[in-house]
Amino acid sequence: MSSSASAAPASPSEIAASLAKAGVHDHHPALQHHFDTLAQQKESATLGMWMFLVTEVLFFGGLFATYVIYRLRFPGVFAEASHKLNVIAGGFNTAVLICSSLTMALAIRSAQVDRRKAIVFWLILTVFLGSTFLGVKAYEYHHKYVEHLWPFTGDFDRGEFTPGHGRAAQIFFSLYFVMTGIHALHMVIGIGLLIWLMFPSWRGRFDSTYHNPLEMTGLYWHFVDIVWIFLFPLLYLLGAHAR
Amino acid sequence: MPEHVSSVKSYVGIFLALLVLTGITVWVAELDLGPANDVVALVIAVTKGTLVVLFFMHVKYSTRLTKLTVIGAFLWLILLIGITLSDYASRGASDRVRGAPPEQPMQPIAGEIGDPGVR
Repeated sequence: MSSSASAAPASPSEIAASLAKAGVHDHHPALQHHFDTLAQQKESATLGMWMFLVTEVLFFGGLFATYVIYRLRFPGVFAEASHKLNVIAGGFNTAVLICSSLTMALAIRSAQVDRRKAIVFWLILTVFLGSTFLGVKAYEYHHKYVEHLWPFTGDFDRGEFTPGHGRAAQIFFSLYFVMTGIHALHMVIGIGLLIWLMFPSWRGRFDSTYHNPLEMTGLYWHFVDIVWIFLFPLLYLLGAHAR
Repeated sequence: MPEHVSSVKSYVGIFLALLVLTGITVWVAELDLGPANDVVALVIAVTKGTLVVLFFMHVKYSTRLTKLTVIGAFLWLILLIGITLSDYASRGASDRVRGAPPEQPMQPIAGEIGDPGVR
């Protein structure tokens, strides 16, 4: 306000305000002050996101290692238990996730070519496909519950499996629910991020010069797709030939 | 450095390749190839994952530092699973090398490898 009469040192916001008045503060609005250029800022964000994804790879890697060990110990029971899963539902969901990766990639491309409304359109489609995946998953979980294949409460020696194989079959279903459950949790988080991104996208905050939040959420979304690409054959298709 | 913008055509091409590979993996699983079933399923899954990483995640057009980070993730994954398996595959090996009398094998659980009911 009346800063000219004040002898007190100026606060950072006052300095920024006076610089803005003088037209000095003329960099890109999305550029953070600790970066020299937008390209450097993007490279930093990409590297950081990938570092996070490395930890995610190893997080799911522990579950895959557990799966491999028990699968090698109980090959026949795992094939037998896998037959209880719905290959049609799993295959449909694989296709749905691949479609959602395409729409996510197209959302980012829309930003790269400055099509603001197209970003929102592709984001809505991606959320729709992600929700379809979760809906099918809920339907599958419900069926497993009805069939007493819920590993926390189910009795696995009721005649569905070769006598005595129930315990190992229960291990398979524990792995199935934990692995697909944590994957589904990642999907829920991803859908939340996509819905959040719709607002700045609609307000035109992302264009060809800056779209880091879209790009980073895309990396996360595609990573979750890759996890499913491995889960589908390992859980649903193993031993399909022995059916 | 200007950002690489992939064409819609190339994205749709990758998308179609992923769908075709999904179809192949479902079809191959129905054939009895013995242990090769797992090998084929994993080769197809790794191919699909690589397509997603390179093109959808733009790693093909990223800096070398980012590429190194991505490769590092999968090296650590191979170490995690490989070293764990080397333990499980070699249990009792030191006894055999020393010529020690073999440990009394544990009674296999039904369905476990070693159970007479398992082929």
